[in-house]
Amino acid sequence: MRTILYLIRKEFLQIFRDRFIGKAIFGVPIVQMLLLVPAVTFEIKNVKLCIIDRDMTTESRELVSRLEGSTFFKVRFSTFSEPEGNDLLHRGKCDMILQIPSGFGKEQGLAQPGKIFVSINAINAVNAQLSLAYLTGVIRDYNLKVLTDNTDPGFLQLPPQIEVTNRYWYNELLNYKFYMLPGVLGILILAIGFVLAGLNLVKEKESGTIEQINVTPVKKYQFITAKMVPFLIIGLVDLSIGLIIGRLAFGIPFEGSIALLFLCSAIFMTALLGLALLISTFSGTQQQYMFSAFLFIIVFVLMSGVFTPADSMPVWAQKINLINPAAYIMRINRMVMLKGSTFHDLGRDIISLTMVAIVFTTLAVNRYRKTA
Amino acid sequence: MKRFLGFVKKEFLHIFRDFRTLIIIFLIPAAEILLFGFIVTTDLRNANIGILDLSHDEITRQLSDKICSSGFFIKSEDLLNYSEIDRELRKNKIKAVVIFENGFGRKLISEGKAVMNIIADGSEPNMASLVTNYITAITADFNSGLIQKPGSGNILVRSEVRMFYNPSLKGHFMFVPGVITIIMTLVCALMTSITITREKEYGTMEVLLVSPLKPVQIIVGKVIPYFILSIADAILILILSWFVFGLPVKGSIILLLAELMLYILMSLSVGIMISTVSKTMQQAIFITLVGLLLPTILLSGFIFPLENMPLGYEWFSMLFPPRYFITVIKNIMIKGTGLLYVWKETLILIFFTAVSIWFSIRNFRIRLN
Repeated sequence: MRTILYLIRKEFLQIFRDRFIGKAIFGVPIVQMLLLVPAVTFEIKNVKLCIIDRDMTTESRELVSRLEGSTFFKVRFSTFSEPEGNDLLHRGKCDMILQIPSGFGKEQGLAQPGKIFVSINAINAVNAQLSLAYLTGVIRDYNLKVLTDNTDPGFLQLPPQIEVTNRYWYNELLNYKFYMLPGVLGILILAIGFVLAGLNLVKEKESGTIEQINVTPVKKYQFITAKMVPFLIIGLVDLSIGLIIGRLAFGIPFEGSIALLFLCSAIFMTALLGLALLISTFSGTQQQYMFSAFLFIIVFVLMSGVFTPADSMPVWAQKINLINPAAYIMRINRMVMLKGSTFHDLGRDIISLTMVAIVFTTLAVNRYRKTA
Repeated sequence: MKRFLGFVKKEFLHIFRDFRTLIIIFLIPAAEILLFGFIVTTDLRNANIGILDLSHDEITRQLSDKICSSGFFIKSEDLLNYSEIDRELRKNKIKAVVIFENGFGRKLISEGKAVMNIIADGSEPNMASLVTNYITAITADFNSGLIQKPGSGNILVRSEVRMFYNPSLKGHFMFVPGVITIIMTLVCALMTSITITREKEYGTMEVLLVSPLKPVQIIVGKVIPYFILSIADAILILILSWFVFGLPVKGSIILLLAELMLYILMSLSVGIMISTVSKTMQQAIFITLVGLLLPTILLSGFIFPLENMPLGYEWFSMLFPPRYFITVIKNIMIKGTGLLYVWKETLILIFFTAVSIWFSIRNFRIRLN
């Protein structure tokens, strides 16, 4: 035990000897939180609209003013020429062109529906679909209004309608910051742990100082533990910094138990550091480690469900996620922080994550060779 | 010249000696393309929902069947009372609960109106609004089925929609330019900054500096192999995205390659600039990650559209080159526009390149301090 403590002390000294890294370890989370959390949003507002109103009747103006009235759309251009509209779309000045052909108002009174033509810049498919959904909503409201206006209430009874109301629990206003913050916290400790811990071991290999440890009677598990603990502590300190910033700067709610969050993060860090050290036993140079680590970080983060829903992935990919520590922590962070999930709710995830941690760490200890 | 070629050969040997890194450099883009193409999706697919049916009549059964047979939802739980909603949502088992009020069918027929309530898990806002929108749309469809005579003038406005550039609404169009930019950043900036700081950290830089090679030759020689490597990588991404997704280059390929080379040149010079200010490889890695890779992922409009960000970000992102490059590739690859539409971005990239070259030359030390 004393050996491990001494080794841990040595590691801390070694980490903070590089002043730059010492500062970066605590500066980066602050910058990352303040910068990342508000930036990341899928919320769409101010879709730039170009209107080509060839009809110029009360009906068409009514529709346009309805669009102007919604916060979602911003009518930026009004023109009569289609090529001009297309050019605006091409240059990215507008996102959507709405063309109302002449005769729109006239046709409405007749049996056939009035037509409008919509062109959407669909390079970002999600945005395009959402914009269209909003537009359809506005048109639906418009339809309903025309319908009720034209119908004599005593004369014709409206068809039966199901009214849909909805509520969002845990995040009433769909604040994206609440969604992103738990995820960013996960990425934060993932990046710090993965990059620093692995580089640390490889650096010793590259500069040959690892030989000096190898010739001492220090056991393999002692060595690996001593390499892991400092980064575990740093990760948890970073987590606390992140939580404090989240509270102060973004007013994020914290529904669940802080102790549970730290427990899960500690298990997550163990899994992560185990894997980082495992990869570093395979790497000879820092460059080699860095690129291998990148491959893992990219795959882990993209599959973790931090930016995209993990449940929409194919089933086999979800199976792979069973060994992806990031997938667990993203889920757990959100559940604990926003929904106040308890140990009981998380039971299965915690057990699986612990198993992943044990496997990775054992492999790292096994793979590490004291002999040349 | 012969000396210089010898030096370039030495650098190539450095790269080929580390065969694994070489493979990974080509593996990362391939993995990203496949991940984005086949695994990661923002679509709604087989989302688990719970249904709390307090009415249990013919209409609620029809409507819940309609919702669950749409392919977007799977009914995983039949809830019995309100208190179960929180319990199930907290376990993360379901994304939303659909609630039919008591006497739903009776009210619908006798009063012409019944209320259906959706409670969605707002901890994932995107999912929550998608789920709500889809269920609402399915219900609206069901509603129009309730109207006895279809097409009797109830639909007054019909919209005809054309999705420009990406008619089948694929996600690839967003991320292929992003992947190219990330890889360029990784390979050019990160590798160059590491390789130069390594020579410094090991002290082998001394050896190079006392050799008859001029400092400019040393730098150019270090950079040439990465230049070639990056172009190979970019071409690989283009070929992969063409074969895997059928994503063609709509505009001029020559223009695209020219812009690619410009961006590679810029990343390389940024890499050199970073190496002149950092003493160890760890520092170089850190600066590249935070200063270059992070803005590439976040502030380039690659995953998160810039227009949706708070106001300051749009200006802040202008300080970083990736967003200009992504605009350029999107224009050339997807919209098929020419230089006329991207000359501004091109000039800005040239400006960034010039600044970082100037800065590196000013900071490059040929003597020990």
